[in-house]
Amino acid sequence: MSETADRVKKIVVEHLGVEAEKVTEDASFIDDLGADSLDIVELVMAFEEEFGVEIPDDAAEKIATVKDAIDYIDSKQ
Amino acid sequence: MRRVVVTGLGMVSPLGGDVETTWKNILASKSGAATIARFDASEYKCRIACEVKPADHEYGYDPGLDVDHKIQRQVDPFIVYGISAASQALRDAGLDNMSEEERLRAGCSIGSGIGGLPGIESESLVLANKGPGRVSPHFVHGRLINLISGQVSIKYGLMGPNHAVVTACSTGAHSIGDAARMIAMDDADVMLAGGAESAICPIGIAGFAQARALSTAFNDQPEKASRPYDVNRDGFVMGEGAGVVVLEEYEHARKRGAHIYAEVIGYGLSGDAYHVTAPHPEGNGGYRSMEMALRKSGLSLADIDYVNAHGTSTPLGDELELGAVKRLFGDNISTMSMSSTKSAIGHLLGGAGAVESIFCILALRDQIVPPTLNLDEPSESCAGVDLVPHVAKERKVRAVLNNSFGFGGTNASLIMKAI
Repeated sequence: MSETADRVKKIVVEHLGVEAEKVTEDASFIDDLGADSLDIVELVMAFEEEFGVEIPDDAAEKIATVKDAIDYIDSKQ
Repeated sequence: MRRVVVTGLGMVSPLGGDVETTWKNILASKSGAATIARFDASEYKCRIACEVKPADHEYGYDPGLDVDHKIQRQVDPFIVYGISAASQALRDAGLDNMSEEERLRAGCSIGSGIGGLPGIESESLVLANKGPGRVSPHFVHGRLINLISGQVSIKYGLMGPNHAVVTACSTGAHSIGDAARMIAMDDADVMLAGGAESAICPIGIAGFAQARALSTAFNDQPEKASRPYDVNRDGFVMGEGAGVVVLEEYEHARKRGAHIYAEVIGYGLSGDAYHVTAPHPEGNGGYRSMEMALRKSGLSLADIDYVNAHGTSTPLGDELELGAVKRLFGDNISTMSMSSTKSAIGHLLGGAGAVESIFCILALRDQIVPPTLNLDEPSESCAGVDLVPHVAKERKVRAVLNNSFGFGGTNASLIMKAI
């Protein structure tokens, strides 16, 4: 697992209060991890802080799964 | 008019994470005051408070019992305390698993005096230091006063009236009184009612200290600072926590065989129309509020055995309330007892009236009245009044009166009796 993936998953666990095992790369934030649209705004902010990247709103709207987040962050680093 | 009874109690306080722990500590004359642990207050005029203790403390509070992790992160502590107290109260009443039909007739009236001050403070710093794009998307609904009622209604599916009182330090008492009226007026059969507060943060302590409301002379002896009616009192000690009761229409409670703690029989409310922080110089607002509650209750003064006073430990407020109580009770003052439990848990602001109403209910249940701590040298005007100094006192308790007065000159009084 990449270092980005580890850090993304840690943030997801902390922010959504879900068990680490549930945070697979295929997991959908809304359908599988119980997030709502505001939780995703907060997660995106946390990713921006953690990785020092900027995730514009149009890109953030396309982040639906854990993998989407990891891929986006990797593409900007 | 439909009768309203109390069938469930819930509490988070500086002396316990639930009702029974807090009550046991109150009766044992313990104090919840200490040097502020949550932030470094060493440069503040007031450096003490009655904070809710962490879960590993002897009488600490575990938010995880009733509030999920995500919500704890997103909302201010006053909301977390409120959800915990409401959950405890519903379980105590045996109403945590109501049918849809019952839930359509069950509501919430849980308020707060100030609301999410710590979160407003911290997110303002985020805004100033990191810009608008870093402000939490949960900022607004994590700080709003009506979000205890909102969160609790969502958690338990309560679809009746959803209400939140904001009357400073009278909030808890007004919440119970207003909710009782909603039941009496047939708007609901069950109401969760009470108040919560958590304003022990830098701007909260600084603000109240600048208003000259807080005790500053006992920073080195925190447990001595809250001393209602004592000649050396010099202001209140800030507390935090929540109190919530389940109010229920009498026949509804009786039919399901619920344990009934007390009946809410009198509610009075008034405005001082005088000053934003100082009480009316003759205590007229408080007097009229008590007088109205008494009239509504149908009791005579001789029936009231215990008064849980507003008694915040401020030089002016205690004296004026005492004067109003003496004026109202007349000769009956000699047979009643009055105490201020703020001497033990500090001033819970919007939570005070609810937590103190619960102490009144427990006094009815256990036939014992809680003490006024630190009443070493009562002021002259205390003569002839049993203020229950230092230790709890077993006595006959048939009916109880709770007073709560708030900034803005808002007053509420509740009278309850055993059934």
